[in-house]
Amino acid sequence: MSRADALRAGGRASAPVIVGIVPFGLVAGAAAIAAGLSLLQAVGLSVVVFAGASQLAMIDLLAREASLVVVVGTALVINARLVMYSASIAPDLLEVKLRVRALLAYVLTDQAYALSVTRYREGLKETDQRLWFYVGTAVPLWVAWQIATIAGAVVGAQLPSWLPLGFAVPLVFLALLAPAVQDRPSAAAAIAGGAIATLGIGLPYNLGLLAGAVVGIAVGTGLALNERTSAEAPA
Amino acid sequence: MTASTAVVWSAVLLAGVGTYLLRASFLLLFERLGEVPPAVETALEMVPAAVLAALVVPAILAPDGAIALVGNDRLFAGVAATAVAWYTENIVATILVGLVGVVLLGLV
Repeated sequence: MSRADALRAGGRASAPVIVGIVPFGLVAGAAAIAAGLSLLQAVGLSVVVFAGASQLAMIDLLAREASLVVVVGTALVINARLVMYSASIAPDLLEVKLRVRALLAYVLTDQAYALSVTRYREGLKETDQRLWFYVGTAVPLWVAWQIATIAGAVVGAQLPSWLPLGFAVPLVFLALLAPAVQDRPSAAAAIAGGAIATLGIGLPYNLGLLAGAVVGIAVGTGLALNERTSAEAPA
Repeated sequence: MTASTAVVWSAVLLAGVGTYLLRASFLLLFERLGEVPPAVETALEMVPAAVLAALVVPAILAPDGAIALVGNDRLFAGVAATAVAWYTENIVATILVGLVGVVLLGLV
């Protein structure tokens, strides 16, 4: 497989995923404008942060006048999962030049990671092919995301006010939550996270979301480690 | 809104730099850091479920800042959307059912 073939294969793999992220990007753009961000700020957020769920949470917190520390802290907790992807894909790309890896990191997303690692495990062994397959998945996703957020920002400003566009944001999270709940520990993480965030809605500095996230992660992790230990213990 | 221009741009830059460092972490330092400890990996696996639920549940149960079970259109629309999300895992279908539900309930 040549470089161009690998690049094209990546592009083909990303096509169905792009269909899924476009509505998400439209909501992210429209929500930014609805929250009072300028078009430039909406685009800046999308280009500089480039991570949908954290962008929507930041927009929500900025609209509620949360402090800078809470806005940034919440975004980084949401994006902590990217460390997992970085660690998982790093051994596959070790022979790629460090400078190039620094560029690959910027376009690392849930989707590019999942598509690439799946293809690597199916037998894409050569470093060059791995690199270009990754580029083929990650770059179209980046382009589609930027176009969708800009379109959402432009169109969102024209939408009638009776349309409860703000509610589209939690609905996007809801659609992402369903596949994230896979087993008992992740279900417990979701229940604890949702409950604490709801009970903590009146907490100062809008800390409820952060508190829910941290407690949910702790509960899920504790349960998963506990299950693993009892599975290993002799009967 | 609300947040000042300075706060918005500061948030964008700080979250952007921080998010980049999270992405770059092992891609740049794998040779030095080695594999992720299993307990840390387990914790990272829990992030999406915990965070997404912490974002969704208050927005449905307490849309106006206090828990409301009666006269809360978003609760009913949210339950319908949850069913759609669960069975289809489709973003567009989930958004449509939730938004149409809220608009219709608002008309009643």
